Amino acid sequence: MKFGVVIFPGSNCDYDTYYFLKFVLRVETVFLFHKESSLKDCDVVILPGGFSYGDYLRTGAIAKFSPIMKEVVRFANNGGIVLGICNGFQILCESGLLPGVLSKNTSLKFQCYNQNLKVINNSSIFTRKYSPDEVITMPIAHGEGNYIIDEEGLKELYDNNQVVLKYCDEFGNVDENSNPNGSVDNIAGICNKTGNVFGLMPHPERCSEEILGNTDGLKIFESILNK
Amino acid sequence: MFKAKIFIKRRRTILDPQGKAVELGIKSLGFENIKNVRVDKYIELDIEELEELEARKKVNKICDLLLANPHLEDYYFELEKL
Repeated sequence: MKFGVVIFPGSNCDYDTYYFLKFVLRVETVFLFHKESSLKDCDVVILPGGFSYGDYLRTGAIAKFSPIMKEVVRFANNGGIVLGICNGFQILCESGLLPGVLSKNTSLKFQCYNQNLKVINNSSIFTRKYSPDEVITMPIAHGEGNYIIDEEGLKELYDNNQVVLKYCDEFGNVDENSNPNGSVDNIAGICNKTGNVFGLMPHPERCSEEILGNTDGLKIFESILNK
Repeated sequence: MFKAKIFIKRRRTILDPQGKAVELGIKSLGFENIKNVRVDKYIELDIEELEELEARKKVNKICDLLLANPHLEDYYFELEKL
C-alpha cells in the first residue's frame, strides 16, 4: 500500500506523519505538494495537521481550492481512502467530503493535551483493530475543533454509523466535562457515508511509537493496512 | 465597476465564543447594560462588471463557494457603483 501525505502552505504535521509512515510503519510514502495534480498512484491520502493558508477566512476554507484537492475529491468519490487529521479534518469538511464544519473551541483556548476517546464505530476501515467502546488516549492540539452540524445532519450521521470517535473521560463517560471544544455530542471523528473518508481532531501520528509513551493511535494505521 | 460590501454573520442560533469573550472585555471596562455582542466578518471587493445584476450574481457565487460556510453563516451585501 502506498501512502501520500499532502503538503499545504502552513501544514506543520506533514513531516511527523511522513516520518511515522515511512520509518515506523515502514510503508511506501510520498509527499504530495498542494500545487500538484497527481496523487502518484497512492492508495491512501493523508491530509495532515497544521494551519493551511494561515487558517485565513475559516480553517480549511482556502485549502479546498488547491489543485491537489480536486484530485483528492475525485479519488475519494471513487472510493479511495482519505484520512484527515486535525487541520486535515477541517479541510475535509470545508471541501464537502465530510458533513458539518469545525469552529472555534467554546473556551476560545487552544487545547493541547492528552485526551481520552471512545471508539464508537469499530467497523470502519480506519478503526477495525479497536474493540467496541474501547477507551483510548490521543494528543489533541487545536483551537478550532468544535464540530457543528444541524439536527438533521446529526441524525443522518447516527443513522449511517458515521460517528467514529467521541471525547470521553478515562472511564469512558461521554459528557460535558470531557468535551474539550464544545463539539456536538462530544464528536471527535466522523467518516463519510461510504466509510472511505475519515476525519478526526486528535493526532494518531503522535501516539503510534513506543518511544513516545503511547501507541494508541497505531491501530488507526494498522486498520487501514488491515494486517 | 462596483464595490461589494459583504457582511458575513454567524447564525444567531450558533454560539459565538468570540462575541462572549469581547462582551466580558467590555463589561470589565465598566460598561454595563451591554449584551448580545457578536463578532462577524466584513469583506470588501471591487468587481469589474457593467451590469449590476451580473455583479450581484457573481458576488453571490463567491459567497456561496468561499466566503460564507452555509453550516455556520449567513451573508448579505450591498453594491456601490464606482
